[in-house]
Amino acid sequence: MSDDAVKIPPALDGVGGWLDDRFHGAKGVRVLLRKVFPDHWSFMLGEIALWSFVILLLTGTYLALFFVPSAAPVAYHGSYTKLDGITMSQAYQSTLNISFDIRGGLLVRQIHHWAALMFMVAIMAHMLRVFFTGAYRKPREINWLIGIGLFTLGMLEGLFGYSLPDDQLSGAGLRIFAGVLEGIPIVGTYMSFFLFGGEFPGTAVIPRMYILHVFLIPGIILALVAAHLFIMFHQKHTQMPMKGNTERNVVGQPFFPYFLLKGQAWFFFIFGALALLATFAQINPVWLYGPYTPLAISSASQPDFYMGILEGALRMMPAWEINFLGHTLSLSVLIPGLVIIGIFFTVAALWPFFEQWATGDKSIHNINDRPRNAPVRTGFGVAAVCWYLILLLEGANDVLANAFQIPLYTITWISRVAFFVVPIGAYFVTKRICLGLQRKDANMLTHGVEIGIIRQLPSGEFIEEERPLNEEERGVIDSRHVLEPLPAPEEVDENGVPSPAARGPLGIARRFANRAFTETIAVPDGHGAVEGNGHGEIEGGEHAAIGSHEEE
Amino acid sequence: MSETPEEPLGPRRVIGTPSPAPKAVDVPVEPDQPAFSAEPENTRHAKNAERIVAALFVLAFVAGCGFIAAYVGLEVGQSTISPGGNDVVAVLRSNVALGTTLAIALLALGAGSLIWVRHLTPNIEIEEERHDLASEPQDRKAFKREFAEGAAISQVTRRPIVRRTMLLATAPLALAPLVLLRDLGPLPQTDLRHTVWRKGLRAVTLGGLRPLRPADISTPGSLITVIPQGYQNDDNALAKAGVILIKFAPGELHVPTNYNGGTLVSTMNWTVDNIVAYSKICTHVGCPVALYEQTTHHILCPCHQSTFDAANGANVIFGPAARALPQLPLMIDSEGYIAAASDFTQPVGPSFWERG
Repeated sequence: MSDDAVKIPPALDGVGGWLDDRFHGAKGVRVLLRKVFPDHWSFMLGEIALWSFVILLLTGTYLALFFVPSAAPVAYHGSYTKLDGITMSQAYQSTLNISFDIRGGLLVRQIHHWAALMFMVAIMAHMLRVFFTGAYRKPREINWLIGIGLFTLGMLEGLFGYSLPDDQLSGAGLRIFAGVLEGIPIVGTYMSFFLFGGEFPGTAVIPRMYILHVFLIPGIILALVAAHLFIMFHQKHTQMPMKGNTERNVVGQPFFPYFLLKGQAWFFFIFGALALLATFAQINPVWLYGPYTPLAISSASQPDFYMGILEGALRMMPAWEINFLGHTLSLSVLIPGLVIIGIFFTVAALWPFFEQWATGDKSIHNINDRPRNAPVRTGFGVAAVCWYLILLLEGANDVLANAFQIPLYTITWISRVAFFVVPIGAYFVTKRICLGLQRKDANMLTHGVEIGIIRQLPSGEFIEEERPLNEEERGVIDSRHVLEPLPAPEEVDENGVPSPAARGPLGIARRFANRAFTETIAVPDGHGAVEGNGHGEIEGGEHAAIGSHEEE
Repeated sequence: MSETPEEPLGPRRVIGTPSPAPKAVDVPVEPDQPAFSAEPENTRHAKNAERIVAALFVLAFVAGCGFIAAYVGLEVGQSTISPGGNDVVAVLRSNVALGTTLAIALLALGAGSLIWVRHLTPNIEIEEERHDLASEPQDRKAFKREFAEGAAISQVTRRPIVRRTMLLATAPLALAPLVLLRDLGPLPQTDLRHTVWRKGLRAVTLGGLRPLRPADISTPGSLITVIPQGYQNDDNALAKAGVILIKFAPGELHVPTNYNGGTLVSTMNWTVDNIVAYSKICTHVGCPVALYEQTTHHILCPCHQSTFDAANGANVIFGPAARALPQLPLMIDSEGYIAAASDFTQPVGPSFWERG
């Protein structure tokens, strides 16, 4: 131990002392220095979203210095001579100026747009990681809900953001947005008229979207991100199933200096990657689209990818409109525009609570599940991903039709059928794959790992050589948290009244769901493999030679 | 490499017993005792890593300077670049120079930081105990008691009239922000039911603002987008009043006399010289329909692919639109130009609740 390594520079000591005299910081900050952060590549996905958001705030502030959120018409006489003399809104003109007359303006604009896409991609990837590993389970349900809120707000923020330049493409998007609003029963026309300050397009919507985009929505996102991080910090991060990781500990590297340095590296990598994209991959070239005019449209108009499922749902839906007590109910707009996405977010939000209800599992979980060990969840998640992808692809059906020379209507019909069939198929296939992997794990616990050598015995018999699992492998496989089936509900309670759990459709649904959730591949007795970390008694003493698992 | 103090965490605490003292792994008791060594395991390896990290940081510095140089050196905009220069090329050059230097600076910083933490810092792993999130039963009990006491002292449970009137008092204030939003826009009234078309208003081409005579339209022709004369700068009017004209060969047009409930929505009498006029605004969510296939007379909305049969009252033959494109009654005015015979007889564009 060299002495200089533990000496604190006098300056820092002085500052630390100065601050501690005033804020009593040494104690609390010291805990922060040694705060443990578990390490896994998938834990960086959420961090991508965080850093993208920081980059969005930085670049967005810069853009706001030059952008003019006004629909007032002006004649363009700027550097982009192809649009010389064209009448356009000040919003569009200032976007052209940012792109062509301000050094670095185009770069920052493109970084901003790429960062928005990165933000949404990272949120999705992060949510999938959290879902498939069961990291949303108690005690982290609130953070899951905050995450869904952030995802929703991100979509809205993106929609308003790419609509601000008032170009032809985004104007068509706003026209669709207004059309969907008008389709909402009772209040729809009012919402549309209030947002647009009258009929579409009006001149009010750009400054209104601007204040929502630069102030209100990012403010809410910032607050939710802060809450998200604080809760994560307070509850401590989940960790992956590994040897030495238990429900009662956190193993990893201390915040200072490891996480600080890694976070710094990650921020610069993400910023650098976005800068590269912004340099060499053109995004949203609004000067090619021209200013918005209500009667122009281009084919293959696609929104940013995170709005793609709405676009796909609108394209997929067959015509359906009914007259309801003298009022028009435009179901071919209402269902894809609100119901589909509503189902998506509602189911996602309720899932943790549904799982608790179906499994009866109310315990705290700090060790993540391996996806195979939760076949129903994994199957459902894959089904939802398929559902999402079908909608997303249908949102680009005209591009697909052109690229693969498939008739447009055929693609739409395929997607209509796939919308119902593929998720169901994906669920069952995934569940079987999960159970198969569980069977493989059980095999490894009882027989060990095949090492690829086949030996012939003197008797002529062939056997495969196997070696027992090592501690690390066993630690991973042993992490399985087996859900016990709920006890069959009592038919009647002590007073002779049928118990609520036994009767009614809810009781039946719960028993059905519980049976699905608890379907599992049992490990033969005596191998002590069925118990997860910190979930019960040690079994299988006689197999200690193979390696009895570690219990705290 | 230093190891964590491998202290067993001990048996699980029985609920209700006091929390054990913090473990040494959480908060080292002796602040003067260093828990970890900062010495690298392999001095040569560390020395190499140090050189690489420093080189990357120097590269980041150079690239950062390059960014500033590119900003100063590469002008954009017509007022600053040299005469005869191409503005777009100038922007492209500036963008590549700025973006490349910025990306190199950031990526070099990232790579340097990563090598630093992976190869310069000793690999230390520590273990921290998770404490129960739930409070101790006695704390929960105390919380409940103190909360109940506070509520009782405040009288809020005892004097319901105070509680209820307070809630009553806040209700209108909570509504006030919503009320304030009322003036964001006018009420819809019947605005969505009408367009600016009226009897005798001429149709002019969208591009050239040229009025049309029937003979000006070729057959079989493409669809021609026309707007009401004099409204070319009124986006709100255009967003509803855009119309497409299609001229058919004799006998090809089969516009039926269409009723939607009791409302007449299209008829053969509204055409002139085999020219039919339909609203350009899709009845799905309002995109302008634009694609036309001459041989099949199909009109396609490029947004969501609602397809309308122009030869048969623009009825929907595919896609999410539920209603035909409304037909605009046409006439020939005194100078022989195509004009509207009236407004549309039904609302154009997307469906809405009050449409009926």
